Amino acid sequence: MSEASPAKAYALHLGVIALLFVLSFLLPDYYHGLLARIMVLAVFAMGYNMLFGYVGLLSLGHAMFFAAGLYGAGLAVIHLGWSVPLAFLGGIACGAVLALAIGLLALRTTGVAFMIVTMMFAQVFYLLILYFATWTGGDQGMVVPQPARVLAFGSTSLDLTNPTVRYMTALALFSLVLLVTLAIVRSRYGRVLVAIRENEERTKMLGYDTFSNKLAAVVISGTICAASGAAYALLFGYVGSSFASVQYSILPLLWVLLGGAATTLGPLIGTLFMYYVIDITSGYTSAYLLIVGIALILLVLFFPKGILGSIRQRWLGWLP
Amino acid sequence: MMPLLTTKGLSRNFGGLRAVDGVDFELMPGEIRAVIGPNGAGKTTFVSLVSGRIQPSSGMIIFDGADITSEPAYIRVRQGIAYTFQITSVFANLSAYDNVALPVQRTLSDGRSKGAVRAGVMSALERTGLADRADMPAGQLSYGHQRLLEVAMGLALKPRLLILDEPTQGLADSEIDNFIELVREIAKNATVLLIEHNMPVVMQLADRITVFNAGRILAEGTPEAIRENAAVQEAYLGTAP
Repeated sequence: MSEASPAKAYALHLGVIALLFVLSFLLPDYYHGLLARIMVLAVFAMGYNMLFGYVGLLSLGHAMFFAAGLYGAGLAVIHLGWSVPLAFLGGIACGAVLALAIGLLALRTTGVAFMIVTMMFAQVFYLLILYFATWTGGDQGMVVPQPARVLAFGSTSLDLTNPTVRYMTALALFSLVLLVTLAIVRSRYGRVLVAIRENEERTKMLGYDTFSNKLAAVVISGTICAASGAAYALLFGYVGSSFASVQYSILPLLWVLLGGAATTLGPLIGTLFMYYVIDITSGYTSAYLLIVGIALILLVLFFPKGILGSIRQRWLGWLP
Repeated sequence: MMPLLTTKGLSRNFGGLRAVDGVDFELMPGEIRAVIGPNGAGKTTFVSLVSGRIQPSSGMIIFDGADITSEPAYIRVRQGIAYTFQITSVFANLSAYDNVALPVQRTLSDGRSKGAVRAGVMSALERTGLADRADMPAGQLSYGHQRLLEVAMGLALKPRLLILDEPTQGLADSEIDNFIELVREIAKNATVLLIEHNMPVVMQLADRITVFNAGRILAEGTPEAIRENAAVQEAYLGTAP
């Protein structure tokens, strides 16, 4: 937040991106695919963190923004035969419009009421997907056919089902969103968002229209989550209603809490950590969720601000 | 000369209690006006109505010739009414610099240049003597410094009317002297409405004094006139020995 050490912060973020790039050539196939998926979901977590971490608004309905991107892009390819870039943008637009509408309604409430209202809207969205099963595939979901998942540039084309292309596309989206969130939280607008989180009444008395600022944050957050959903549909080829269920509203909250709310890299760390704990423990026992739960409890006990949040508090105050 | 601020029949009820009861008030530009009165007289409610933090039950507020009764608080701040809180409410987790940067960055018409924010912030911090503490989290400043930071945030809004709600509460005597100087300097460019319990501060600073009692204006006049006013002595200062 302070004006100090911008160079350090940007160097760290570019370093993380470079590391992820190099990992593409080092990881075995299985982890290569897993990391591509984690990067896309980390974008979802970053979008969630924008609203939860920086503005302090706890939504329990962000699955609807992810699903808006997922279905917006997926159904555009399946039913309308849109090209990949167009469908991707279409998915993002669905999320942005939905976030604007939900924001206008839900921001009339605060605190617990905001959590409940967002959760109810997400539930409505989920049930609508099931209701319009003719187009959405209902609870079976739909597969985005492989031939449609190709990026064409004139004569050359990139097949998004190719693991390396998929990994690099995921990395490109992740890097873009990471740098955009870094720029936003370091900007004057970011400072206003944190001020709203800390004391909304005081922020109003400094002449800020806090409603508009919060609404903009909901739209930015929803748009980023939709970008993640759209990328998921196009890269992994599956559009399913489980992604709109309440579980996918809670997951980004957990990822962000684990990694560290209001840290730019926390969402990646949280998503990575959760996936790997599940991956490793499920290899040993079918009761892996028990171990995941214990790990979560330990983290909350010893790192109440999440992994990166605690590191920032104890050692690296300059972390954005 | 046209008053900067006028209220007509301004009232606010809390349930059955008339906290502010039909107040007609005028404030001239450039004035330092003190508002005094016993606890519960409605002083803070009155300035909260002026700043827009709470809505009046009835009556009218006119600022610089325009009716602002139904404007939300943030619009009034933009029009030049700044309010510093009675209970210190700086952003404890943000640095002193960021606290002041929030009002500075909003008042800048040219929203781009980084240098302008820095210059504006440092000038407000220097005027309040906090420049060497710019990077400290506001929550770690001493109480007196938090009060000053609160004033610095008000100053950074470049207000035409600065409302100070019990600014010297909890300050040491040495800090109060500096504070009086600071308010005098602020008053060169702005009108000041000061709620204050510390009578020496009021007598030194105020051009005029308005006395509230039970939600109404009991008396109004120069410090000397108020000191001599029998009704005020009875209601507020106690009967003279």
